[in-house]
Amino acid sequence: MDEMEKTILDYVIEEYLEEEDEDEVSIDSPLISSGIVDSFSMVSLKTFLERKYNISIPDDKATPDAFDTVKSIANVVRGFVE
Amino acid sequence: MSNIGSYDEVYDKFDWQQAKNELEYKDGDILNIGWFCSDRNCERGLGDKPAMIWEGFKGEIKRYTFNELRLNSNTYAAYLSSLGIKNGDRVCIFMDKIPDLYFSFIGILKLGAIAQPLFSAFGEEALHTRMENAESVAILTTRKHFRKVRRIKDTLPALKHIIIVDDDSLKLEDREKSFILEKAEQIEHFDIFPSHEETSSVLHYTSGTTGQPKGALHVHASIFAQYMTAKWVLDLTDDDIYWCTADPGWVTGTSYGIIGPWCLGITQVIYDGGFGAAKWYDVLQRHKVTVWYTAPTAIRLLMKDGTELVKQHDLSALRYMCSVGEPLNPEAVHWGIEAFDKPFNDNYWQTETGAIMIANYPGMAVKPGSMGKPFPGITAVVLDLKTHEVITEPNKVGLIALKPGWPSMMREYWNNKKVFDSKFIKGWYITGDRSSIDPEGYFWFVGRDDDVINTGGHLVGPFEIESALLEHEAVAEAAAVGKPDPVNMEVVKAFVALKSGYEPDGDLELSIMNYIRKKLSPLAMPQEIEFMDKLPKTRSGKIMRRLLRAQEWGEEIGDISTLEDD
Repeated sequence: MDEMEKTILDYVIEEYLEEEDEDEVSIDSPLISSGIVDSFSMVSLKTFLERKYNISIPDDKATPDAFDTVKSIANVVRGFVE
Repeated sequence: MSNIGSYDEVYDKFDWQQAKNELEYKDGDILNIGWFCSDRNCERGLGDKPAMIWEGFKGEIKRYTFNELRLNSNTYAAYLSSLGIKNGDRVCIFMDKIPDLYFSFIGILKLGAIAQPLFSAFGEEALHTRMENAESVAILTTRKHFRKVRRIKDTLPALKHIIIVDDDSLKLEDREKSFILEKAEQIEHFDIFPSHEETSSVLHYTSGTTGQPKGALHVHASIFAQYMTAKWVLDLTDDDIYWCTADPGWVTGTSYGIIGPWCLGITQVIYDGGFGAAKWYDVLQRHKVTVWYTAPTAIRLLMKDGTELVKQHDLSALRYMCSVGEPLNPEAVHWGIEAFDKPFNDNYWQTETGAIMIANYPGMAVKPGSMGKPFPGITAVVLDLKTHEVITEPNKVGLIALKPGWPSMMREYWNNKKVFDSKFIKGWYITGDRSSIDPEGYFWFVGRDDDVINTGGHLVGPFEIESALLEHEAVAEAAAVGKPDPVNMEVVKAFVALKSGYEPDGDLELSIMNYIRKKLSPLAMPQEIEFMDKLPKTRSGKIMRRLLRAQEWGEEIGDISTLEDD
């Protein structure tokens, strides 16, 4: 897990999970398809990423598939940071 | 040949007695929705027929027959009865779409208590508002969600039982208990509560412009409308495999995710997972779904992944598709035809109406963008916005109004007679939606007549959001309106004036968004926050929400003579 993945994972755990469920999520855990993060909550996640990395993610790149795991989210973000 | 046959012939002759006859119900009989959904099917010889094909997001599948539905709901009913829960008590269900949700819903109805489903993504404040108002006696929940209830229980004196249904290893506190269905003694026979047509059955909270959400109370007679509409609008037949994607926290998920299909003895698929286009097509394919009832927001998300993905799946079993929640835009109807070789059939109704009121029907031409025509037995008109007289001129916009008296009409807003009475003007039930009717009798939705926000097919009330915003330490004034969104039709936008000492920046915006998401729900979360020095108000100090909304929609601002001067 690299630093970006850890940052995103920590944020997901902090914002979307109860404290007792922290160990249940990894960078490969499905977030959207499992219902941990629903499509409405994706907006706040996208906002966090844009602020944190000073990027703008077009809506067509912020899809439920692209945001389904921490790993895939980090891949999306890297595409805009570099 | 569809169930309804010729709409025009049926509409002219229809009487709700037909539903009673087909359900073999005579006036004065015991009428219990729970019994109709389970026991009656067993008596009809459907005991071994699958009632529920449940699939979790990890792919695990569980199947339950109607006899297992009967036994499991009996077991829930008996357990709740053993706790002292009785007729009329409000029993909340607060969990993901797991089998226990469905068994307990039926069990609560068999007991004669009132089922109060709650959307599983509700935050503590949204939960508290609804449970306090209803003075809910019990809540059935899960390991994943019970801590929200624990955190608010001390402010809910009526709440006696917090029942966790999927884990009996937790360290429990006062009023908490666990109940594991698989470990409980299965109850072969349960004495169904002798409910009648007007016995209360289901309590669904729904948002309005003013005040907190109101509890729309339904009765067991609603089954006559849910039965008939499931048969004629969804066209459900004995061999169908049906999938309703709605969560039972919302009325679609109970009226057509439980009662409608099961009182007809139909097998239904229940998928407990989030949204994913490929996954959804996979569910349709593997389970050979024949009738699919979903929502415009989901359809527009599916559109984003294109038709190619659809064509990669064998959906040859799928014969009929319906949509509800908000008007289905023409583009989505056309896309449905392109992708599935058949249209999504839009229909219209509300939490308060309990069943579909206006719809497209099999065999009737779909006009993309229209919600269709009134269901047989429903008199629907549009009323002049000012005089509330019936508009007879085609294509003129007015308020959609329904003649009261259909079986599934809510009987009250819980403990709120004043607001309930305000929904009826000149003998009509006023929906709060605007529409026109074309010369062929098709209804065309125009918009809400009030400030309620319809986001993703769910209504959220600005008052509830604004009240929560004002509880944020940084917020001095707040207004919540809907702003256009290509997928969700509308999303919440908040206008906020900050208290002294707080600076408007991206971090604060995110903080407020997450605050509302966790306090209320993801639906209520503002997807954009605009900071202002002060909000536009009337001279009497009332925030002019409609002015802010008009700006978002590019509409005429209208009369601002009462606007407070700068």
